[in-house]
Amino acid sequence: MSQFDLIVIGAGPGGYVAAIRAAQLGMKVAIVERDQLGGVCLNWGCIPTKALLRTAEVYRNMQHAKDFGLSADNIRFDPKAVVDRSRKVAGRLSGGVAFLMKKNKIQVIAGTARLEKGGAAPKCVVKDKDGKEATYDAKHVVLATGARARTIPQAGLAPDGKRIWSYREAMTPPEWPQSLLVFGSGAIGIEFASFYAALGVKVTVVEMLDRILPVEDEEISAFARKRFEKEGITIRTSCAASSLKATASGVEAVVESGGKKETLTASHAIVAVGISANTENLGLEALGVKLEKGNVVTDGACRTNVGGLYAIGDVAGAPWLAHKASHEGVICVEAISGKHPHAMVKERIPGCTYSHPQVASVGLTEAKAKATGREVRVGRFPFAGNGKAIALGEDQGMVKTVFDARTGELLGAHMVGAEVTELIQGYAIAMQAEATEETLASTIFPHPTLSEMMHEAVLDAYGRALHT
Amino acid sequence: MTDILMPALSPTMEEGGLAKWLVKPGDTVTAGQVIAEIETDKATMEVEAVDEGVVEALLVEAGAQGVKVNTPIARLKAEGGAPAPKNAPPLRDSAPKAETPKAVAEPARAPSPVSTGGDRIVASPLAKRIAQQAGIDLSGLAGSGPGGRIVKADVEAAMRRAPQAPPQPNGSRALTVPQQAPVPKTLEQLGIAPGSYDLVPLDMMRKTIARRLTDSFRDIPHFPLTIDLEIDRLLKARGEINARFADHGVKISVNDIIIKACALALTRVPDSNASYTPEGIALHHHADVAVAVAIDGGLITPIIRQAETKGLAAISAEMADLAARARDRKLKPHEYQGGTFSLSNLGMMGIKSFSSILNEPQGMIMSVGAGEKRPIVKNDALAIATVMTVTLTCDHRVVDGAIGSAFLKAFKGFIEDPMAMLL
Repeated sequence: MSQFDLIVIGAGPGGYVAAIRAAQLGMKVAIVERDQLGGVCLNWGCIPTKALLRTAEVYRNMQHAKDFGLSADNIRFDPKAVVDRSRKVAGRLSGGVAFLMKKNKIQVIAGTARLEKGGAAPKCVVKDKDGKEATYDAKHVVLATGARARTIPQAGLAPDGKRIWSYREAMTPPEWPQSLLVFGSGAIGIEFASFYAALGVKVTVVEMLDRILPVEDEEISAFARKRFEKEGITIRTSCAASSLKATASGVEAVVESGGKKETLTASHAIVAVGISANTENLGLEALGVKLEKGNVVTDGACRTNVGGLYAIGDVAGAPWLAHKASHEGVICVEAISGKHPHAMVKERIPGCTYSHPQVASVGLTEAKAKATGREVRVGRFPFAGNGKAIALGEDQGMVKTVFDARTGELLGAHMVGAEVTELIQGYAIAMQAEATEETLASTIFPHPTLSEMMHEAVLDAYGRALHT
Repeated sequence: MTDILMPALSPTMEEGGLAKWLVKPGDTVTAGQVIAEIETDKATMEVEAVDEGVVEALLVEAGAQGVKVNTPIARLKAEGGAPAPKNAPPLRDSAPKAETPKAVAEPARAPSPVSTGGDRIVASPLAKRIAQQAGIDLSGLAGSGPGGRIVKADVEAAMRRAPQAPPQPNGSRALTVPQQAPVPKTLEQLGIAPGSYDLVPLDMMRKTIARRLTDSFRDIPHFPLTIDLEIDRLLKARGEINARFADHGVKISVNDIIIKACALALTRVPDSNASYTPEGIALHHHADVAVAVAIDGGLITPIIRQAETKGLAAISAEMADLAARARDRKLKPHEYQGGTFSLSNLGMMGIKSFSSILNEPQGMIMSVGAGEKRPIVKNDALAIATVMTVTLTCDHRVVDGAIGSAFLKAFKGFIEDPMAMLL
């Protein structure tokens, strides 16, 4: 008989949520973690960066105190105190996960796991910090090992921990930078660019593609770019790094843009050029687990090609988002326990970037929606037309909606501006509930709120916006 | 504690609107007291309390539409329930626990075959719209969303299954093919811009008219027979009767005479007074003539029962009363349901001729045009006569051309020679 019904490898937002859900469903569960409970998200990702960005926001507001009739002189910051706060926030949440494991009677096994061929499911061998190994078996094993920053050593895009940083050093900088080269303009690169720029660092973002935030709607990308430039960030798109190296005084990068090479220098660099799944040293090759582009291949119920083995979250591929991982964890475990959860609809996973301004979206971009061959209706509404936005002093931004012209299905929603990361869930609910434009148009949005723009952007798609 | 249930005001009533409450929670009601007004497809009816007691709660809001027959609409607390009078049967106090479930259970077994609630289709707005556009009947689909909700994916799966025709025999997932359930296109699909019109909600009467007449026109093989009638003699007779009996309050209309003539013709040609049923042709014993009356928001057809046995004065008086009450929507169901023949007269509107849609299960309906002076050929010479054109729409399943013609011939005889009606 197996010791456990379920063993989860990795205690990030995918793994620990899967473990809790399994425990709720009456399974006997263990979770293996080699580092800290909560994974990258809680300790080195989502949460600590939000703490840093909050500092940036308060600092920015203090600098604009006069706009609000306040006076604040001699505004300064202490980098160490800023980072300490961020670490404290992360520590508090990691402790919260430990409590949740205990409360749900989930056995936490500290150590590094590897899989071996077993019966119905692979066996789980865990090596603890003293090098001692123990074998555990379970009816089901869920891989939730996450991912790490992608490196491109041939272009020098590999952190050295001193001058060239990954997200980890960027979050706990060994020294305060004077200037930064940020490689990659996805959510991670843009958030750090926004944070450091707000605190006075001269930031240059280098993006290989022709626009920043490449997964976002083109119009939103363009809008955001203008705002970031206004915040003092230099943005170089269609610009590929061919080398990056640390020098005695900083970093030096050779980039190529429009066939011309040039050299960029800064005191430090951040490499944020994507994510690589953590599939190594797990014994996956020996088990014959199928990988594709470095990610574990899974079906709609998160099953791998190996019996009893499942994979969720980053290790199973994009989008690399904590909420996607958590959701897969729930789907995976519910399917194991004989429930019939719906496979995840990727077009309904919202994505958020917590820069200034914020960017949030769910569903298809206008271009992608059109590429599906559908006739679309597009609605837009500017922050400048919203009373609450003006009262907040945040009148720059926009909300955009994309509807299927034939069925009224909300295909996508895209926003840039203050607090949009808190707003996007409204559209996500509408999509999940399969509301049509009619449902949204007839929904009452409270006044005065930023959410009224969501209503207006729906109305605008049908030529009915009230405040434009 | 008793639940007051939505009453069935006629045998065919499945649902109704709760037009108005005449009591409020806390009111004491006595048996027979009118507590609410119910709007059916044709009329507004009063609901009386059966028991006495105190209104504990109103379960359905005034103005609610589509309240299913036998659903609880209000809760009544037996008055003075706890301190029962000495002579009251002791059951009242000790039994309610046992009684209540029974009282509640009863509606479920109630006469109406329609399930009370539960037949609402739960589907996402998007699923509904896609199904409508694709002509998919949602009632045949199983939902995979939360609580069995039909979602987009279910409809799309059905659309993929749809072309491979024969519906699965188990029926539960069977699809209604589009031809069987034509789904009206939206106005927008038909090129009418949203916002370019006002939308008047469909009331019960409009829904009933739409449903019944669509069914009738689509399902019954109907044909028209048209005939011209000279009515100078009829007009003269009418004038004489009205002049003669004015003191008695008699004021016969042309329509009253037509009702009488129809009734007599139906009796003269019994095969024409017929209804189609799958079991056989029903030949009615009496001529119950339904007369279309235009009212605010629609029309209704009150019935002159056994019109063949009634004199013109009686028909005239009855018609006046029915029409007046119809306009107030105060007719009782038995007064407008179950005629054997219908009459629709648009002569007063100047319509020369038209043909009506059959009113099921009646075998015929007569459409009466305006009486007007027309040139006619009499004895090979042009002459002037007051002529009225009538068109008879017949259900070919029971009234063939020959039967319809025989009826019209008899009718023409009575109209053109009113004295014959005295025989």
